[in-house]
Amino acid sequence: MEVNERDPVTGRETTGHEWNGIRELDTPVPRGVLIFLIVTHLWAIAWWFLAPTWPLGVTYTKGLLGLDQQQAVEERLETAQAQRAEWMGRIESQPYETIRADAQLMQIVRSTGRQLFGDNCAACHGINGQGAANYPDLTDDDWLWGDGPQLIEETLRIGINSAHPDSRIAQMPAFGQDGMLARNEVRSVAAYVYALSNPDYETPDTAERIAAGSEVFATNCAACHGDDGAGMRDLGAPNLTDDYWVYGGDLQTIVTSVHGGRQGHMPTWDERLSDAEIRILALYVDGLGENAP
Amino acid sequence: MIRQLTSSERQTAAVLLLGVTLAGLALAVLGYGNALAVHGVITAVLAGGLLFYVLSALYAPEPDEDRQSAYYDDPIKVGIGLAMAWAVFGMFMGVWVAAQLAWPDLAFDAAWSGFGRLRPTHTTGVIFGFGGNALIATSFHVVQRTSRARLAGQISPWFVLLGYNLFCIVAVTGYFMGITQSKEYAEPEWYADLWLVIVWVTYFLLYVRTIARRKEPHIYVANWYFMAFILVVAMLHIVNNLALPISFGEAKSYTVWAGVQDAMVQWWYGHNAVAFFLTAGFLGMLYYYLPVRAQRPIFSYRLSILSFWGITFFYMWAGSHHLHYTALPYWVQTLGMTFSVMLLVPSWASAGNALLTLNGAWHRVRDDATLRFMMAAAVFYGLSTFEGSFMAIRPVNSLSHYTDWTIGHVHAGALGWVALITFGSFYTLVPSLWKRERMYSAGLVEVHFWLSIAGTLIYVFAMWNSGIIQGLMWRTYTEEGTLAYSFLDSLVAMYPYYIARAFGGLLFLIGAVVGCYNIWMTVRSMPSTAARGQDLPAAPAPAVPGE
Repeated sequence: MEVNERDPVTGRETTGHEWNGIRELDTPVPRGVLIFLIVTHLWAIAWWFLAPTWPLGVTYTKGLLGLDQQQAVEERLETAQAQRAEWMGRIESQPYETIRADAQLMQIVRSTGRQLFGDNCAACHGINGQGAANYPDLTDDDWLWGDGPQLIEETLRIGINSAHPDSRIAQMPAFGQDGMLARNEVRSVAAYVYALSNPDYETPDTAERIAAGSEVFATNCAACHGDDGAGMRDLGAPNLTDDYWVYGGDLQTIVTSVHGGRQGHMPTWDERLSDAEIRILALYVDGLGENAP
Repeated sequence: MIRQLTSSERQTAAVLLLGVTLAGLALAVLGYGNALAVHGVITAVLAGGLLFYVLSALYAPEPDEDRQSAYYDDPIKVGIGLAMAWAVFGMFMGVWVAAQLAWPDLAFDAAWSGFGRLRPTHTTGVIFGFGGNALIATSFHVVQRTSRARLAGQISPWFVLLGYNLFCIVAVTGYFMGITQSKEYAEPEWYADLWLVIVWVTYFLLYVRTIARRKEPHIYVANWYFMAFILVVAMLHIVNNLALPISFGEAKSYTVWAGVQDAMVQWWYGHNAVAFFLTAGFLGMLYYYLPVRAQRPIFSYRLSILSFWGITFFYMWAGSHHLHYTALPYWVQTLGMTFSVMLLVPSWASAGNALLTLNGAWHRVRDDATLRFMMAAAVFYGLSTFEGSFMAIRPVNSLSHYTDWTIGHVHAGALGWVALITFGSFYTLVPSLWKRERMYSAGLVEVHFWLSIAGTLIYVFAMWNSGIIQGLMWRTYTEEGTLAYSFLDSLVAMYPYYIARAFGGLLFLIGAVVGCYNIWMTVRSMPSTAARGQDLPAAPAPAVPGE
């Protein structure tokens, strides 16, 4: 038997049905809901007239506003390009000295350089260019291939050990692994190299080993790193006498480097970045080392 | 549980399990040497284990004669247990991936534990494992009570529940091995998808047949929603997963859809998974457990109709708002945007209907954390449906898309709405199902409630902040016309919010663990009220001559 009861709290009637104790009131849809429903539908219908909306076989209703997202993107890109054109042209064409002398232009280089560096270089070199294990620190003013924007630009364009035909090539051979040096020779040359930047390491106990290492160095290493171990920038051979190390300067890491060799990789950017962007980055990266102690 | 089946039903179950075991072994042979074989073995071991269990009780005494005159609650009890187990697993994976975003070293340099593989174990674990089991369990309960009829099958409820869990296990173990279709929320490969089709069609038939047996003249609202959920999810699942395996001995397949059509089908699926899995199904839960707990009639039957048909009709069109400003034609985007906005009022009608139902019961909301769970769920449902419609508007979307705002929106819905309504429903259902007077500890329900609320709010506020900051950083230009920030700058800015998000998620996880303990102790240690006799289906009507 269906009996419409009255709910004492709201004074509304129920629908008369019951499901395991659950009842429903027959409350009409509140006016606010209906109004809001109409408002949202009017808003939607207005858009159907204004923007492309309904498919008509092979075409669609174009809408009164003539909106086209491809066109909108192209226009915005053109506007942005026009906004950048003046200073970008100067960075592309003017020599580095002229750009550096222009404080306003250098301000742009620093702000856009930071963003370009963040999106392209920071994954390896760190957001501030401070490097990481196996990735060179760019803020220390110690350069493998030479400093100055010109040389940095060249490195950016062709990369190091990259797929570019003119790539910079630098390879530290695996002296131990490939059998060029015996195990004790690897140890002694590592001790010699370590002592170059840690003079305290040379004691009567180690003197003999370091002396032996010195001979190994002269015959195997000096061709690239120089007789004095100060490196050669033309070959990308690092200076071994200072405190800056790409792979680590402790004795064990030096043994590892001599034994297994090293071959760093820097990608080539000449197809990914525009000329102006590469030049901005060259100036930006060059500037990173300027405040080094 | 097996003793509730007659011996001929046990035999049928044994034959079915033997079939699944053999199918698993066949996969193991066909897929020898690749991941498919691992899934074959997993299937064979699980089905084979169950087969032994069934065989061990094959000759147990027959069940009571009057079993047909009681509700069929065993699968519901197991479903609740499985749902809570998946909740803990899925939420733990969520906390882990959240922590990985703040501290990437937590991937421990292994392939299986990288973010890309763990992330779908979280989404599948919580949506399908926790949510799906909760929906199956509560739908079995609601359809029986509101139809005053026993489930229309002895084995099929078990087949649906356990078959569904096999799907979830195959899905999650596959992600660890790197098996994925790369479709968000539809990652499992072709063989798992085919299996789910079989399970889901059985679910649909079981549900329809049970409703057909009903002793009530009308079908209650909750059942409309559960029906919509089951029917539409079947449709979405089949269309989005149409794919060709590269061979029947390989896990890999390629979808039949291509290019922007593929993207559109995927987000038609994805958005309607939100609509019919995470919304319609859980509204079914809300429409039953909230009035039961509040002891109030539903505020308005007319509002229920308006919101049901609004939600089912408008959601279908809204998926393209996931593809604003992409290669998808503009006109499809406008349709998605406008239908998303038209969807707002029907959605709010549901939330409003729930909250207005509480009129006359607000003192219970104050005193009873279980009812408060459901009240808070309705509030979060209203908030996230407003947010969803808002984010679907193209210019808003250009700021919010691809940012953490989306993640925040999803979790306002998933934590605030889906999980809260489930916990509220479970705390209502567990004592009544196991015939206990009340939950083991009302204090622990209270603790769970506040942990959940705190966790959700911390999570959502962190992601709102981080998402809007991200969106603004990505679109800020310098005066010279170049981008002001690199992507890495925006990551650095996210760091504190990522930590806050992981912390909020952790609180939510702890709450779920507390809930598990409370449910366990209720089942284990609370005295039975033995109030049997009140909670029974309608007696079969006496046969009317000539009918």
